[in-house]
Amino acid sequence: MPIEFRKEYFADERDDNLNEIGKPTQRQDMLGHVTGRSPFYDDHLFDGLCHIRCVRSPHHHARVRRIDVSEAERVPGVRRVILARDVPHNLNTLLSLMDFGLDDEPMLTPEGAEVRYRGEPVAAIVADTERIAREAVAKVRVDYEVLPHVLDVEEAVKPGAVAVNPAYPANKFVYHGKYDHQKLRYGDVEAGFRQADRVIEGRYQMSPIEQAPIETCGAIAAPETNDRYVCYTSTQALFFSLGTAAKLLDISSARLHLIGGTVGGGFGGKVDSIHEPLAILGTVLTGRPCKAMFDREEEMQVGAPRGAERWYITDGVMNDGTLVARKFVGYFDAGAYTRLSSYAIIKGVGHLPGPYTIPNVYADVYCVFTNRTPATAMRGFGVTGVDFAIESHMDVVADELGLDPIEMRIKNAYRDGDMKAHRRLAKNTALVECCQVAAEKAGWPLSAEARAASSLTGGGGARGEMPAFTALDEHGRVSGYESGSYAQGDRPRGEAAGSGAQGRSGSGTPSGQPSPRPRAEPPRAPQPTRVEPTRAEPARAEPQWSDPYAGRPSAPAGTAPASPRPERSPAPDAGPDGTAPRRGPRFASISGLRRR
Amino acid sequence: MPVAVSTFRTLSEAARAFESDRAARIYSGGTIVMRDVNEGDVSFNRLIRITDPAYRAVSVGSEIRLGGGVTMGEIAAHRDLAFLAPVARAVGGPQVRTVATVAGNLFAPRPYGEMAAALVALGAVAETAEGRRLPVEELVRGAPRALVAAVAFPRPSGDFRFAKVTRVRPKGAALMSIAALLPRGGSGETRIVFNGMGPHPVRAVAAERALAGRASDPSAIAAAARAAAEGLSPLDDALASAWYRREVAGVHLKRLLESR
Amino acid sequence: MAKTPIAFTHNGDERAVFVDDGQNLLDMLRRTAGDLTPKYGCGQGTCGACTVLVDGAPQLACITLAETVDGRRIDTVAGLAAGQGGGRLSPLQKAFMDNFAAQCGYCTDGMLMSATALLARNPRPSRDEVVEAISGNLCRCTGYEAIINAVLQAASGGGSAQAGRR
Ligand SMILES: Cc1cc2nc3c(=O)[nH]c(=O)nc-3n(C[C@H](O)[C@H](O)[C@H](O)COP(=O)(O)OP(=O)(O)OC[C@H]3O[C@@H](n4cnc5c(N)ncnc54)[C@H](O)[C@@H]3O)c2cc1C
Repeated sequence: MPIEFRKEYFADERDDNLNEIGKPTQRQDMLGHVTGRSPFYDDHLFDGLCHIRCVRSPHHHARVRRIDVSEAERVPGVRRVILARDVPHNLNTLLSLMDFGLDDEPMLTPEGAEVRYRGEPVAAIVADTERIAREAVAKVRVDYEVLPHVLDVEEAVKPGAVAVNPAYPANKFVYHGKYDHQKLRYGDVEAGFRQADRVIEGRYQMSPIEQAPIETCGAIAAPETNDRYVCYTSTQALFFSLGTAAKLLDISSARLHLIGGTVGGGFGGKVDSIHEPLAILGTVLTGRPCKAMFDREEEMQVGAPRGAERWYITDGVMNDGTLVARKFVGYFDAGAYTRLSSYAIIKGVGHLPGPYTIPNVYADVYCVFTNRTPATAMRGFGVTGVDFAIESHMDVVADELGLDPIEMRIKNAYRDGDMKAHRRLAKNTALVECCQVAAEKAGWPLSAEARAASSLTGGGGARGEMPAFTALDEHGRVSGYESGSYAQGDRPRGEAAGSGAQGRSGSGTPSGQPSPRPRAEPPRAPQPTRVEPTRAEPARAEPQWSDPYAGRPSAPAGTAPASPRPERSPAPDAGPDGTAPRRGPRFASISGLRRR
Repeated sequence: MPVAVSTFRTLSEAARAFESDRAARIYSGGTIVMRDVNEGDVSFNRLIRITDPAYRAVSVGSEIRLGGGVTMGEIAAHRDLAFLAPVARAVGGPQVRTVATVAGNLFAPRPYGEMAAALVALGAVAETAEGRRLPVEELVRGAPRALVAAVAFPRPSGDFRFAKVTRVRPKGAALMSIAALLPRGGSGETRIVFNGMGPHPVRAVAAERALAGRASDPSAIAAAARAAAEGLSPLDDALASAWYRREVAGVHLKRLLESR
Repeated sequence: MAKTPIAFTHNGDERAVFVDDGQNLLDMLRRTAGDLTPKYGCGQGTCGACTVLVDGAPQLACITLAETVDGRRIDTVAGLAAGQGGGRLSPLQKAFMDNFAAQCGYCTDGMLMSATALLARNPRPSRDEVVEAISGNLCRCTGYEAIINAVLQAASGGGSAQAGRR
């Protein structure tokens, strides 16, 4: 379908004489695609290629008592059976590469430890053919002690629920070393509800969504010259895969030569770096080129989906449709391990309350561990589920009030110069115009007033001010986690920095020293203590940012930084109150979300 | 242990090999059996191929005979089998129909089996290489191990209708399909067959009774729709729940009976 | 493992290879014959990325036993441009380029072969016939419209992609 340019909108912000922008251009890889010559990872042929297949848990939750590989090892053509003890550093969390979260996931589950989702690998077979690998997988005998499991986010956060992930014993990820959820506090929603004509609640839920690329995830590794390993991979996050492989295998990343490039569909699902470490380990152990690849069933069952989400939304609204308060309680189902869910929430909360200007906004969003397949990224990362919830709720509210749903959106849409709940000024807004064009295309009648509305007018002024008062609380406060980082437990430093190869600055581990062999289970993090919610005085309490990656150093305990200030804050490498930049990798520099 | 392949030039040799080796499966079109090979299914270690031309033969007289190896693509393109073409075209996409065979369809697990359902409605019998015969209606319930050389059925004198109900368009596995043989002018047997309303294609006996002899009577159609799921035990699967299937079976049957 | 010799015509060239017991055609073409254009997407016939033509008819290489192609003609994307002489693109390949009919490119080889089979049999297909012809090929990127337009453009001799619209 030809693109339609609506040049009547924002005409003075447009330059139609640019060389590239606004002009059609051919994809650089199109010729390769239509001639079948684009090099996907599996298009690299190796003589003597071995195939790796995993032995996977048939249970949602079980203790692995014993793994008997003797019969599998005797299958002719089996080169090696890989077990947890063969993995040099068998514990990781994907985002540890950006200092975000505790290592919580083994590459292979050792004897004595637990499998926490159906399909979790406990062993891997390296064999001459895929068929032999499959036959040998069927011959591995695993003795499981089946344990109770939890598959529902709200069940999982109840006291006494099955503990899924020992790094987070309450089944909740810990944010900023302090809270068992990500907070957003902007104004005072309770006051907003009291002022509202109507308070309308809704509950929304999104199932997991599989990215379902036509090319399944995989990697091929082979020995290279100079004591290096080459790895062709389907990854869409080459440096995640490089860093993750280096860490799990405790091998210098300088010895790993990862080659990506052409991805046969990723949609966010090819970031988890599952296959690269496994293929390289197979090569390290056998000296042979090795391929690890999901088949279609694994891609659908074991490959991490966009996780499920459940949202409760409460709106305070005036009879004319003006939104005065919006409260969210959200649950992201991370599955058994963190992967990217913790970060999806950071992004999702930064997106609240949707593209609307609402003076009082509140959110508690939980990253919950359950015995489901771990979740990861998918396009629209962190915002798809909540957008579905928000827009469904807009329709419900409009319906309850007897208002036109598009006009209600235009009424509440943010305009240029409005203050958003994450304390940034809105600019280049265009929701009003989108609504107008959508209504026109659908033949949906709009009032003259709605048709005359513009994103350029009506914003700013009082709407651009921060709330005079923001209600704060300490509910969900946990202790025992380090606040200098997002969720560092108080583990012995040597172990926390277990991967010497990673070279994390300031870790205190002398480089070159062999790293301690990690324990089978992640260390038990301290049990969070529950603190009763308090209504803190704004002058004394620490402000709760929805946007922790905005270049602000974490405040030392007991000091109160100045009020957060929007947009025109000091340079990003210094805090708004002039404190020194935080040491170590900052989320801000990696997330790409920070506005310049 | 790799899978060995044995190719036979005659149906009787293939039948002997198949019937004497429990670890053998027949590679007819291969669309089901090759997936199992690819997935390392160790319940068989031998594939039997049949190159006998009789296995691919079609003959159309007062009786219609289709060799077990006749493909969906061949049925869809055959001038004298136009009434069966909608069934053949409902099986898979073009690539599947190039090779998928009649015999293989009789053994296809749920949710597959469109051609099998149609053959049950047409009152077909399956024939072994030695000429033993068994109604397809019985065969789909589970029959003693035998190679199906052909299927045969009387050329339908009544009105044959077929519908496949899918959620994915234009192609997808059926949450149910319906084949109906409706006598013209009152005489002859009424046969209504559902696939997807049980573990294999099944006749909707209550609906057949409601329709008997009056398939175009609106009150009979309404009664058949009400009785559609009676006595049937659909299953839950990823495509639909048993409850849903029971709810919509009558709706789809009514649409089929009213279609013209 | 038993090896069976077979001979076939591969994009016009005579080939003879040994196939392994139980080996599928996809594996044989990719690893033995070195033709990497058919792709693995599912190994069960559902995605269509491995579509090749066997004696002109579309078939799924992943669920075809390799030895069944003995004595037959196999055509793949690797032969499409060559078939034009001097390695020029076929009208179908060109139409795919013009219509942005590939994004990640992984389903493209299978799509091209299903469309090639259609156009050989039916040079002036309707839109519905194009949809039917590619109904055994999944694409996760394009939403299919661009692909349908490309096939219609190729069928109409390179004219407007809208020509075949009803
Ligand atoms: C993508 C895709 C979509 C599909 N869609 C459909 C669909 O919509 N509807 C549908 O009905 N099916 C569908 N199928 C399933 C299948 O293609 C068909 O059911 C087909 O008719 C099976 O025939 P075949 O010749 O390929 O079977 P094969 O794979 O050759 O054989 C299947 C089974 O039947 C046994 N068998 C085969 N021939 C004989 C014989 N002569 N005597 C005794 N036993 C025999 C074999 O031992 C084997 O166990 C689909 C398959 C795929 C891959």
